[in-house]
Amino acid sequence: MLDKNGIAKRIAREVKDGYYVNLGIGIPTLVANFVRDDISVEFQSENGVLGMGPFPFEGEEDADVINAGKQTITTLPGASFFDSATSFGMIRGQHVDLTILGAMEVAENGDIANWKIPGKMVKGMGGAMDLVASAENIIVAMMHTNKAGKSKLLKECTLPLTGVGCVKKVVTNLAVMEVTQDGFKLLERAPGVSVDEIVVATEGKLLVEGEIPEMES
Amino acid sequence: MIKKTVANVREALEGVSDGMTFMLGGFGLCGIPENAIAQLVTLGIKDITCISNNAGVDDFGLGLLLQEHQIKKMISSYVGENDEFERQMLSGELEVELTPQGTLAEKCRAAQAGFPAFYTPAGYGTEVAEGKETREFDGKMYVLEPAYKADFSFVKAWKGDEAGNLIFKGTARNFNPCMCGAAKITVAEVEELLPAGSLDPNEIHIPGIFVQRIFQGVEYEKRIEQRTVRSRN
Repeated sequence: MLDKNGIAKRIAREVKDGYYVNLGIGIPTLVANFVRDDISVEFQSENGVLGMGPFPFEGEEDADVINAGKQTITTLPGASFFDSATSFGMIRGQHVDLTILGAMEVAENGDIANWKIPGKMVKGMGGAMDLVASAENIIVAMMHTNKAGKSKLLKECTLPLTGVGCVKKVVTNLAVMEVTQDGFKLLERAPGVSVDEIVVATEGKLLVEGEIPEMES
Repeated sequence: MIKKTVANVREALEGVSDGMTFMLGGFGLCGIPENAIAQLVTLGIKDITCISNNAGVDDFGLGLLLQEHQIKKMISSYVGENDEFERQMLSGELEVELTPQGTLAEKCRAAQAGFPAFYTPAGYGTEVAEGKETREFDGKMYVLEPAYKADFSFVKAWKGDEAGNLIFKGTARNFNPCMCGAAKITVAEVEELLPAGSLDPNEIHIPGIFVQRIFQGVEYEKRIEQRTVRSRN
């Protein structure tokens, strides 16, 4: 079974040379730590920066340079700043190659819910609806089940939707799955996890074809 | 040269009154018009509608207006990090319209650029699209979103000149350029106000035609919301 860093590390292998990547808050943010350093990748933050670098050294924080999580950041050579309309132009216009975000629920048809729980304080969707509506390549990083042990991979989302039919791949603590027309196709098992365990933890339709390899660590 | 300078924030905000709709730049606390917000608190005007990506924190940014119960309605994409906001929203005192971030930016830009509305894929199939016109283009569904209408835009830039030309810094740019010229009157406050001719025309982000009033801001706090650093070792 993978921890949050393990999920991030596995997703980092989906990041290819030459990609512009948007990382959501939470596990997706960790992905940047595991991207191979022999490939060229630029991270986009929707508040208006391409070419995000690591956190600044203490004493070098700049209130005018933050990421979408409002954290102080640095920029790398080749970076650029731009306004919010331009930023979402990059996203809506499909110039960003890969979007990685968290979710509360994913349905077998690729619907995603990640912004609102009825009865709880709603903080807003931020940029999530723009991202999921436009990105061609969306990977969800999340735990396979919620804190109550219920599956987060469902036939249909029960929470208010963020976007419809948009998720392409899901990486959880248990498995890597591709969203296909026929449901979640199991691609890889997390280390030490059996196919049966994944079947039990998945409420939506899970396609298991042939031998399912264990994920390379 | 058409001069846009006004002496101070008091002159800059002349004409604001109860019930108006304002656009305010900023992402979190980054690039917010600190001086204009402080003056709105001083003026004590009520029943304001604010178009702003976020709603500040309890004791800074738009949180200062919330404390004084001056805001009737917030139009934002994300409103976490503010307990007073939550209290007013749950008690029904405060009306909240949540809008996807890219749609919010574009509704400002559309107002600036003279588009009455535009189609966006964001929010299709979700509650954001309820009651709105939808249309298919090349097999994909889109939602019609109207441009905003506002009385004043309050923006913050790094440098500006007497002609109202603006240059922004870092991610403090965010929504500020999209809101210039998107309301009847755009008020820009700057960290450094320079004589005309001091800024290279090649490096202007927003031309002065989109700005009606510009003033030298004072005492910027520029509060950091999440101070994240790494160790030197």
